[in-house]
Amino acid sequence: MSAQLTARDYALSGSKRPLAALYSRNAKAVIARGLLATRSSNWLIMVSGFFEPVLYLVSMGVGLGALVGTVAGPNGEQISYAAYIAPALLAVSAMNGAVYDSTWNVFFKMNFAKLYQGMLYTSLGPLDVAIGEIFLALLRGAMYATGFTAVMAVMGLVTTPVALLVIPASVVIAFGFASFGMGITSYMKTFQQMEWINFVMLPMFLFSATFYPLSVYPQGLQWFIQALPLWHGVELLRQISIASFTPAAVLHLCYFLVMIVVGMLLTTLRLRKLFLR
Amino acid sequence: MSTTPSGPPVISAQQLSKHYGDFRAVDGISFDVPAGESFGLLGPNGAGKSTTMRMIGGVSQRTSGRLTIMGLDPEEHGPEVRAHLGVVPQQDNLDEELRVRDNLLVYGRYFGLPMSYLRPKADELLEFAQLTDKATAKVDALSGGMKRRLTIARSLINEPKILLLDEPTTGLDPQARHILWDRLFRLKESGVTLILTTHYMDEAEQLCDRLVVVDKGRIMAEGSPAQLIRDHSTREVLELRFGSERNTTVAAELQGIGERLEPLPDRVLIYADDGEAALEQVTSRGLRPITSLVRRSSLEDVFLRLTGRSLVD
Repeated sequence: MSAQLTARDYALSGSKRPLAALYSRNAKAVIARGLLATRSSNWLIMVSGFFEPVLYLVSMGVGLGALVGTVAGPNGEQISYAAYIAPALLAVSAMNGAVYDSTWNVFFKMNFAKLYQGMLYTSLGPLDVAIGEIFLALLRGAMYATGFTAVMAVMGLVTTPVALLVIPASVVIAFGFASFGMGITSYMKTFQQMEWINFVMLPMFLFSATFYPLSVYPQGLQWFIQALPLWHGVELLRQISIASFTPAAVLHLCYFLVMIVVGMLLTTLRLRKLFLR
Repeated sequence: MSTTPSGPPVISAQQLSKHYGDFRAVDGISFDVPAGESFGLLGPNGAGKSTTMRMIGGVSQRTSGRLTIMGLDPEEHGPEVRAHLGVVPQQDNLDEELRVRDNLLVYGRYFGLPMSYLRPKADELLEFAQLTDKATAKVDALSGGMKRRLTIARSLINEPKILLLDEPTTGLDPQARHILWDRLFRLKESGVTLILTTHYMDEAEQLCDRLVVVDKGRIMAEGSPAQLIRDHSTREVLELRFGSERNTTVAAELQGIGERLEPLPDRVLIYADDGEAALEQVTSRGLRPITSLVRRSSLEDVFLRLTGRSLVD
């Protein structure tokens, strides 16, 4: 195999770089692996994930929209019901994709496919794996958002070039959810606990001003929903989609920037618990 | 064996412990492994061997104790230490979503190795594992033995200085085991340090310069295979079978023959330096075993002596 090893070959210096225990600056290897695996086996799952919000948009936007007529947009302007719910569905799909990738997917690869077990026996650190997986989740989210925006355009719901900004904005939303999701997964040990994630996500999807304005709720409930991340995502994308901004747009964006920072911090602190049990 | 090991130990464990709640998987074990040695952890399932391996690889955090690999703490310098480690886990954890050759290439990328190095290296290792004609096959289409060989080939992609092998030949047929032993022997000759766990005594005897017998997270004995047998067993063993009904009752009538008597459910073992002489004594007492066998003492006997239990359960 190789030349004869001597005692000198067995001496290591020990890097002083911060995070040297957790990170080897090689997340790109994890990303390359993900792309190769997607290409060869699970593209079908990818495609099915794209259709879900499209089906909602067609059935509710066109079907229910015929009954509803027009509704009031961010600044009181009248817009079609389909145009009202389309950006909300995009925000939901960004959330679902990011949460699925950072929780169920990570949980499965950790405990059943034993994929990370193999990775972590190499030079890769847990932070390389986390960054790589989050990047892949965001890439997938960006592809879905692009496809969904194309469907919106076909349905005549894209009326301004500004609306194209919903694509990067959904990636920001996905990043917020993905960074948190991975941190939360580090606390999970069983499938039963994982089910709680769905238990939180479904009501958030239904009640975050997705299908009707927040004003139908009593004041206390409105505050509660405004504290949750999805409502900020829905409002942000809704304003961008018709280029009708209110000062709150800045707040919505900042909500996600803070969520990303806190989520990444949580995930980094929990990396040992997540990967090195 | 080639060189006499020199320099500081490449692996040093002191009072190494790993607890899961109240359960002490590893309970204060200490050992040093010099460069180039082939070091074995022998013990039954659940003895704490795999947990020890995982701590050496830096993928499991120890509860207490000290551990250095090539002078570094694997918890503080995980990626750096593992760059020089090759790991064959007990259960194959190949990437089922990738094809055979891609498994090697992608794994090499995890070490940050360039493709210009990896392409010829992957082909060389496929040759080594006799999987060249399976290069583009899917992993789940491989047989158990092929998967094992691929896992072992994969562990060599970074030309490791320390190779961790957790039950490397479990599930392999005898021929495949001997081929693997030959390959491991050659790696050892080139100066690679081998750490292996096994519950096969013949494997331990073949491959290990030195080993520790582990049971319930503790080290029961330490030494070379020959030394352990010398210290804890007799030269020969006489195995007698009287039928499962009578093995224990007949044991009383065998008292005094050989140095020590071990009645097991399926057979009675008599430890004696001269097995044939012991057998003559048995027949002279008028006892007629269904079968009798005289053999050399093995590590199995050492383990039985130290723990009162047999290795393979």
